Amino acid sequence: MNTAVTEGHSVISMGHTNGGFSLRQYAICLRGIIWRESLRFIHQRERFISALVRPLVWLLIFAAGFRQVLGVSIIPPYQTYILYAEYITPGLIAMIQLFNGMQSSLSMVYDREMGNMRTLLVSPFPRWYLLCSKLVAGTAVSILQVYAFLLVARFWDVGPTPIGYLLALPALVLSGLMLGALGMLISSVVKQLENFAGVMNFVIFPMFFASSALYPLWQVRESSPFLYYVCQANPFTHAVELIRFALYAQVNWISLAVLCGFTVLFVLGAIFAYDPARGLLARRGEAGGGG
Amino acid sequence: MTTPMLSVEAVSYAYGTRRALDNVTFAVAPATFSVLLGLNGAGKSTLFALITRLYATQHGCIRILDFDVARASGEALRILGVVFQSRTLDLDLTIMQNLMYHAALHGMRKREAEVRSGELLTRIALSDRVNDKVRNLSGGQIRRVEIARALLHRPRLLVLDEPTVGLDVTSRADILQHVRHLIAEDGIAVLWATHLIDEVDPHDHIVVLHQGQLLAQGPASRVVDECGATSVRDAFIQLTRSEDLIGGAG
Repeated sequence: MNTAVTEGHSVISMGHTNGGFSLRQYAICLRGIIWRESLRFIHQRERFISALVRPLVWLLIFAAGFRQVLGVSIIPPYQTYILYAEYITPGLIAMIQLFNGMQSSLSMVYDREMGNMRTLLVSPFPRWYLLCSKLVAGTAVSILQVYAFLLVARFWDVGPTPIGYLLALPALVLSGLMLGALGMLISSVVKQLENFAGVMNFVIFPMFFASSALYPLWQVRESSPFLYYVCQANPFTHAVELIRFALYAQVNWISLAVLCGFTVLFVLGAIFAYDPARGLLARRGEAGGGG
Repeated sequence: MTTPMLSVEAVSYAYGTRRALDNVTFAVAPATFSVLLGLNGAGKSTLFALITRLYATQHGCIRILDFDVARASGEALRILGVVFQSRTLDLDLTIMQNLMYHAALHGMRKREAEVRSGELLTRIALSDRVNDKVRNLSGGQIRRVEIARALLHRPRLLVLDEPTVGLDVTSRADILQHVRHLIAEDGIAVLWATHLIDEVDPHDHIVVLHQGQLLAQGPASRVVDECGATSVRDAFIQLTRSEDLIGGAG
């Protein structure tokens, strides 16, 4: 006989009680998660080096090669003709954050397979808070990478005005959160680590190439109006544009609104996917172990 | 009657059409050592995932003290210590860094966490290796650190899912003895899942799980008597009609 006492699906909500923690304890938890992510990042030197080398290769080789091929007309936020290297810098910054978001996603899938993820998920803090803390930690790491890249790029005379470095920060926070949340959402759907090559092919490359990172969208429109609309609908385009405008002390309001919208959407999606009541993890039988 | 530290009430769970737990009911009393005994595939890990709220219960209710794991998960998880079957320490971090991370996930202040970590590591004789990376520890040492970590926030219930699997005979005995001491010293309740029958003491409370069904529960000696068997092993074979139980070194 199966005497059902309660229907789990109906009683658990995101608003379950939080164990009576104080605000200070919430701060301790957030700090602990950021500290752990930073430690992991520091320990993975290859990850840091490749995060730095990847955009530098684009900047120093690709941009030099295409300097004469691609002409960039005067478009906002630029007020004069600019070098191609300067044009693609915001795109490369966003690329660093895109890769970092996917790297975090990859490590979440890895942690889930290895069991490390459980340490986080059995914490008494609310699940949404744990996921948001992880997101903030990932964003902080991505911003660290961006400034390291900008520092090196400075040696080749590429980069914004001194105030641009500071003004870019809010844009970097928002784009980091959006791309991190996308990664988190993907990690909840990707079943196994092996499937991750697909993420490269179907997420990173299309997002990067169908955006304004490497070429202005008016040029795309001239060759394919359809592709132009695809690029416009791509949240990555708006991450690039928000950063581009911020570097020149301007705000691209449309990109800001689009980015806010997508960030909320992806965060809610990830929280939904990682909520045990919705059981996306359970449905795949990831309790682990033999029993 | 005292409130049980853990009560599992009419819990059922299915992965699609495959039923992993079927109307399971049992309780763990305070300051006792309870053994959840079952073969691989019995539903032990699913039950652990439900107790720790990695999964949500589909039918039934799980309480830790008075806290329903589904409705008051924060309060419930706060007094629960968990050691999972798979290794969950970060191998690239040191012992202390792993413990500090866990402490932060329970909202513990740094100073308090350091003092508590020091005490626990002394107890497991690893206080001289706090700054060693977990990667450099042996299997038995990793398990001991995982147990210390689970105790860091002073839980009142400790659940361990096959904690001795893959360890040598000496390490197994050490860990078992260490956890039994915890009951005497700290008065915490322990739920120990295993398929290794030689880990059962006649005074332990046992819960026999087989293919998702609860077959027997009570003090091991009583279960043996009721089955008319001569040992826990014989009783288990009678109950499950299986001889696959590993009684040796594992």
